Amino acid sequence: MKKLMSGNEAVARGAFEAGVKLAAAYPGTPSTEILETIAAEYPSIYAEWSPNEKVAFEVGIGGSLGGGRTLVAMKHVGVNVAADPLMTFAYTGVNGGFVLISADDPEMHSSQNEQDNRLFGKFAQIPILEPSDSQESKDMIKIGLDISETFDTPVMVRMTTRVSHSKGIVELADPITHTQTKFDRNTFKYVMIPGHAKVRHSVMLERLDKLAEYSEQTPLNRVESYGTKLGIITGGISYQYVKEILPQTDILKLGFSFPMPLKKIAQFVQSHERVIVVEELEPYYEEIIRAAGMISVEGKKYFGRKGELSPYRVAQGLHEAGIIDKVAGAEYDPAQLFPRPPVLCPGCPHRGLFAILKKLKLTVTGDIGCYTLGTLQPLEALHSCICMGSSIGAAIGLDKVNGSEQGVVAVLGDSTFLHSGMTGLLDAVYNRSNATIIIADNRITAMTGGQQHPATGYTLMGQKTKQVDFVALCTALGVDSVRTVDPFNYDETMKVIKEEVERPGPSVIITTRPCVLMPKRIMDTPYEVLLDVCNGCSACFRIGCPAIAPSKELTERGRPKAEIDPDSCTGCTLCAQLCQPEAIVLKQPAGKAK
Amino acid sequence: MDNTNKNILIVGVGGQGVLLASELLSEVAIMSGLDVKKSEVHGMSQRGGVVSSHVRIGKKVYSPIIPYGQADILLSFEQAEGLRALDWLGPDGQVVVSRTRLVPPIANFGKFSYPDDPVADIQKKTSRVIAVDADRMAHELGNPRLVNTILLAVASKHIGFARDVWDEAIRKLVKPKFVDINLKAFARGCELAETPAKR
Repeated sequence: MKKLMSGNEAVARGAFEAGVKLAAAYPGTPSTEILETIAAEYPSIYAEWSPNEKVAFEVGIGGSLGGGRTLVAMKHVGVNVAADPLMTFAYTGVNGGFVLISADDPEMHSSQNEQDNRLFGKFAQIPILEPSDSQESKDMIKIGLDISETFDTPVMVRMTTRVSHSKGIVELADPITHTQTKFDRNTFKYVMIPGHAKVRHSVMLERLDKLAEYSEQTPLNRVESYGTKLGIITGGISYQYVKEILPQTDILKLGFSFPMPLKKIAQFVQSHERVIVVEELEPYYEEIIRAAGMISVEGKKYFGRKGELSPYRVAQGLHEAGIIDKVAGAEYDPAQLFPRPPVLCPGCPHRGLFAILKKLKLTVTGDIGCYTLGTLQPLEALHSCICMGSSIGAAIGLDKVNGSEQGVVAVLGDSTFLHSGMTGLLDAVYNRSNATIIIADNRITAMTGGQQHPATGYTLMGQKTKQVDFVALCTALGVDSVRTVDPFNYDETMKVIKEEVERPGPSVIITTRPCVLMPKRIMDTPYEVLLDVCNGCSACFRIGCPAIAPSKELTERGRPKAEIDPDSCTGCTLCAQLCQPEAIVLKQPAGKAK
Repeated sequence: MDNTNKNILIVGVGGQGVLLASELLSEVAIMSGLDVKKSEVHGMSQRGGVVSSHVRIGKKVYSPIIPYGQADILLSFEQAEGLRALDWLGPDGQVVVSRTRLVPPIANFGKFSYPDDPVADIQKKTSRVIAVDADRMAHELGNPRLVNTILLAVASKHIGFARDVWDEAIRKLVKPKFVDINLKAFARGCELAETPAKR
């Protein structure tokens, strides 16, 4: 049977067909749909959202030690969080097959950097598989698990946004029954004290020699031969772009890219007059190939090392290399039209919070989530964002070097706080910081599309569970002042923030309001603008709500009055609270209008 | 390059149903026995940002992204987004655009302005433009979120495939509660495609 599937859905299907027993992840674009699909479609697999990627990886280690086939999934920067267990699990090796999905985000569609995690795979010295479409995404999960068990190693399957989120036709197969091996109490293998780890390091290096041999033999690294003098070495999504532009040119496609098949590559290079490497982001293939002495091979000088490739960029690079004549069109310049950056949704509970922080002119260290959008016009009230959980540590440091006259505020979401904010808060208490920490609690992992977490009361598989009590948690960590406030109440929230910023010592404010979109869309009676009352002061424009726009009607002084789109207004009341002339009122049902 | 592929670029703003439209189109292609790839970027899609979905249909499709300047059909659920994506259109390409006007908050602060008449700007660059007042039609049908289905129906005349295959795809992919209203919207869009004067 054939089905249209995204790369992520195909990974989930591959896990099912390969008999995976356990899957764990923390949500992160572009990887999120992998676990969502597993939980929704394949209930035979135990699937969980872990509080962060390190825990997900460790749960995966346990699953593998127990003999079950295991998959853990995360976005590229999630691998940074899981790096500690990764680097040493590479020493111990596996019991049940273990696949790590690293979903990289070239172009940073939804990320803070575009690191190339093939370098991470090489750093950890584990095999890397690089699918280039949905069918390969499914196949490589199955092959990856076989490799993992055959060579006793964790395996990285490196996806990219275009592979994860593009859909293509996938041929489905029946699941196999994987025979689970029992946990083996082999402390020499699994307890990494120095004496044991020294032995395991040697084992790992021997394993690499065997994997290098496998890399030469596997059909995952294949030559497509048309008898051309030009040869292209490529892999991942770049392969598809090359095929689009040069369908009849010799290609060495790398599907298994660590260790690299250096003999196969040398043969390919020798049998072609010119060889060009086409790869996204870092010159990963190119550096290994050139370091192996094949210095005539070219690549990055034509294609660059930032952003996503595309058929256009590959064609342009091949044109620069003198291989194709001309490239249709010129690169489109979006600057000629207004930008349309993502914005906080109408009715978003974060909007009022940032309007207040801006009003109070506070220094705000931010974090990863929807609320990072509080940095954009017109709110402009968030002044740093580095990685998950970083807001609290940054607030502590900023406060220590600058004194606390004006107070430093850290803002982070509920899911981000549980991911890696808790240890930062502990530091604030332990090291006597004056920072004010605001947990913008909307009871969901919103940015990634609404996933459960330890404070929502539900697991990924839909079971009811314990719900973290933020007040009790922060109090237990030693915070003396922990307060909750409704961010829809502008004046009250303003008052609480002012008091807590002025209070010495660390304090926590929890703003509690559910996300307006998830788990269910909240739509209350919309508001409307009384045009005869509106004085064009623009206070409502300055909160950046997409439901509010200038109307065609102008004041005597020529300033546009406001209007509210009744289809998108959710009735959150924030603009009405800020409207001095009280021109914003609950919309009257049709027919009753004045 | 393989020019037998049909390239359809669907653009709009987060929340307008770009992804459902491209799912329906892809399903129709599969049911018709063709290869299909589609590509879009999720993540910001629900937060009022630009959403675009590339759909490529043919005997064998490699790149999931349409090569630049080679879209056969540009289907836009919002006027200015149609203008933004116009350079993706191939020389003989057809534009189907909704007159929907979604002015982002950023246009309220003076630095940027929303064009007065994006449809007219599109028409200056190409004569093959069908502009549809899909918002009004969606409201008439009783659900403002039907703009995507209406536009897809108008474009279906240029994409091809039998009408019953489209209806079957709607029954298969749309949530049961919304199947009937989407079938109606699709029928309405098809009628419109047949009677261009009423646009």
